[in-house]
Amino acid sequence: MIRSEIIRDIAPILRDQLVVCNIGLPSQELHLIDDQASTFYMLGTMGLSSSIGLGVALAQDQTVISIDGDGSVLTNFGTLPTIANNVADNFILLIIDNGSYGSTGDQPTYAGKKTSLTAVARACGCENVIECQAEETSSVLQGAINSKKMTVIVAKCESGNIKVPVITKDPVVIRDRFMTEVIRRNA
Amino acid sequence: MSVSEKIVADFVANGIEFVTTVPCKQLGGVIDAVEKEPKIYHIPSNKEDEGMGLCAGAFMGGKRPAIIMQNTAIGVTVNTLVTLTQFYRMPLPMLISYRGELKEPVACQVEMAVHTKALLNQLNIPTYHFHKPGDEQELDAILKYTFMCNKPVAILTDATFWGGY
Repeated sequence: MIRSEIIRDIAPILRDQLVVCNIGLPSQELHLIDDQASTFYMLGTMGLSSSIGLGVALAQDQTVISIDGDGSVLTNFGTLPTIANNVADNFILLIIDNGSYGSTGDQPTYAGKKTSLTAVARACGCENVIECQAEETSSVLQGAINSKKMTVIVAKCESGNIKVPVITKDPVVIRDRFMTEVIRRNA
Repeated sequence: MSVSEKIVADFVANGIEFVTTVPCKQLGGVIDAVEKEPKIYHIPSNKEDEGMGLCAGAFMGGKRPAIIMQNTAIGVTVNTLVTLTQFYRMPLPMLISYRGELKEPVACQVEMAVHTKALLNQLNIPTYHFHKPGDEQELDAILKYTFMCNKPVAILTDATFWGGY
């Protein structure tokens, strides 16, 4: 399975949660597959999906899922100790780990070589870290939501992309409709 | 009330409940005051761009954020400021220690100080400079302005303001 197949698999689960989606192809794929007002699409700023998601989770009560990539977590490695030390049980970090920088042409990442993000997350102090295969992602994700425990999921999948259009929505529209959903779901 | 306590009291009075910090010796007193304030969730970050991500999230989650950092961070965060905070039109008060100004003992700090205002100007970030004791009287108005216009706003605080290094 490749990332877009995981996103297709988990889209029905994501609908009911607040989602922060990583820059580039992950956002474009999710936008194409199942655009929801409850998804904050990142149009720039590589690496910050987990930071933005943790911020949303700490500020309100609904479950927040940050969809991240192995390359983006490597870019913002400092996020893992911050997550570990600021436990928000309504926060799930889903790292789709295909061992490559998909949006820029599938250059290999170190996570696809010797570095284990699962081991790094545990070493940083994250208490619930689950590594799974691509096919298991939706059941592991649903389990994490049900557990109401902050969870880091590392979903291992194959490298590869589908053709998707860029997102042309205005960033302020994306932000405004996301904030409106936050208010509605917390009411 | 110390200057640090006054600054944090202004944060609280303006509804700021989420503050991220990257330490600087000059800002140690404010960071301590943030940590002691029960109405503020203090979340130290490892790098300032990470902190701005946390603040963006907190804002969208319904809490007013602020970041406390050194001016060297302007060099680290240009991409985040323009593609996240400004692009999505989010407010972010940035309380910044203006290292490398008068009374600075460390030469390397001057190298970033000479670029600080130029970079903020290039980014169209409203910038205020606390130089003399008492300049903090303007903080309340600056915070109101920040959340009125939904922009990142810089408050530079130098060694003279803090009463020497």
